[in-house]
Amino acid sequence: MKRLLLAIVAFSTVLSACGGNPEPPEYGPAPELPDPQRQLLPTMKIADPAEWGDRRPMVPQGYTIAAIASNLNIPRQTLVLPNGDILIAEGRGGGAPKLTPKDVIAAYIKAKGTSSVASGNRLTLLRDSDGDGIYEGRTIFADNLNAPYGLALVGNHLYVANQNALVRFDYTEGQLQASEPPIVVTYLPSAINHHWTKALTASADGRFLYVGIGSNSNITERGMTAEAERAMVWQVEAQTGAHRRYASGLRNPTALAIQPETEQLWAVVNERDEIGPNLAPDYLTSVQEGGFYGWPYSYWGSNVDTRVRPQNPERVASAIQPDYSLGSHVAALGLAFSQPAMGAQFADGVFVGEHGSWNRGVPVGYKVVFVPFRDGRPTGQPIDFVTGFQEADGKTYGRPVGVTLDPRGALIIADDLSNKVWRVTPARPQVTSPGA
Amino acid sequence: MYRPLHPLNSVFLAGTIPLFLGALLSDIAYALSYELQWKNFASWLIVGGLVFGGVSLTWAIVDLFRAGPRGPRIVIHVSALVAVCVLGFIDALVHAADAWASMPAGLVLSAIVAVLAMVATALRIYTSGAGGAT
Repeated sequence: MKRLLLAIVAFSTVLSACGGNPEPPEYGPAPELPDPQRQLLPTMKIADPAEWGDRRPMVPQGYTIAAIASNLNIPRQTLVLPNGDILIAEGRGGGAPKLTPKDVIAAYIKAKGTSSVASGNRLTLLRDSDGDGIYEGRTIFADNLNAPYGLALVGNHLYVANQNALVRFDYTEGQLQASEPPIVVTYLPSAINHHWTKALTASADGRFLYVGIGSNSNITERGMTAEAERAMVWQVEAQTGAHRRYASGLRNPTALAIQPETEQLWAVVNERDEIGPNLAPDYLTSVQEGGFYGWPYSYWGSNVDTRVRPQNPERVASAIQPDYSLGSHVAALGLAFSQPAMGAQFADGVFVGEHGSWNRGVPVGYKVVFVPFRDGRPTGQPIDFVTGFQEADGKTYGRPVGVTLDPRGALIIADDLSNKVWRVTPARPQVTSPGA
Repeated sequence: MYRPLHPLNSVFLAGTIPLFLGALLSDIAYALSYELQWKNFASWLIVGGLVFGGVSLTWAIVDLFRAGPRGPRIVIHVSALVAVCVLGFIDALVHAADAWASMPAGLVLSAIVAVLAMVATALRIYTSGAGGAT
């Protein structure tokens, strides 16, 4: 069996090497979309993991980067607490049953591009007591969680989105360890859990929590019934745990954030694979209440995906076009609104962590980009902020996931391949004094 | 008369028929119902058909190199078996495309491969003498 698998891997590598040179991806509010392409074998270009050694990710001039934690157990998302402590959600979820020969083979190949460390299922807390940028304190805040991902703090309540439930801890500032097991706020859709990550953010007033729930397939290949309550954002009332559908048709909303000035909900969403190197664009969008964003019937507004049966022209007609294309296959998994403390060039906009592609002959993503905003809307080209996670030969040292802004002037990046957390700071502290 | 059909080979050779026929019927059921589970069945049945077909093809090639008259029937038999394996493999790849992306090519290929499996099996039985002809 193993030899057969290897033969197929080799065969697919040969085929994908003949894939030519794909056009560069399209970014921004109005990307040009090519026609969908079908391949007998989907292109698979899997990251080739390597050790950082003395290397470091590259940052723009005037910025420094350092690893503030290593040897974590698959860090995904982080949260900066009011006293400056950093919480890290660690774990690996999923485990959807392999229904077809393709599932068996593809899972074997894709696993080669990810960390083999066991799932942490915990929250680690980092503390920098003296403010020198070295996080010398490290404790396990909570353990025995179920693939925790999204994190949010509202007052004295710390919310954690496990792969199967939204749970709540009591938290008082300075606490190093949870005092008791968490309380379940509400269970989340978790059958199969093909896309298992549950993104989380809290509304500005703290009354509601928004939970991102990914689809149960690439494009309905597990059947329509598996997609009940999937590919959507839930609005959960913090106090009661009652939920309602806030927006739908979002294939895999992997990170959510509230825009500070407008209190509007934004998301980054991973779109469908296997219709070509430049389809379908992963995107950044404001999430409209009650909005439908196309999945599975269509992508980028009303571009019909013919792989879905039965089709639904009415739903396609109602599909909203997202705000900003991040490029196809980049796998955006992190989202954070910036602040002036990050320096003038990166003051107004969002940081996006891009885990990197598999379904593209020339890989994309594997970096953190900055999408500039003007008048509250994304505009222009994305700017590389942190790069060097992957080299041209495929050697891959890290894969960015969650990005979080420390209001003291730092960007925190979780890296689930090298199991590190990185911290990027402006070399000169950009202090915004009230008199300036 | 060509080499007699080995009883074990007969199991593998004739076994390709229900496997690929099952794949075809499952594809038809998927096309009529859009129920994905039928496509999952088809995908595995094709893999089974390829395993059985691969064993039979190996056997047929070994038989070809042994002594014995090689009439046109045996040439067609081996050719049909080669086609079963090649088209069956392509059918497996087509079925690996997600959801309806495998249609209608997958259904057409399954039908062709099922017919070829019947041809390959019938001819080998005839050349073996079991069909009454020699």
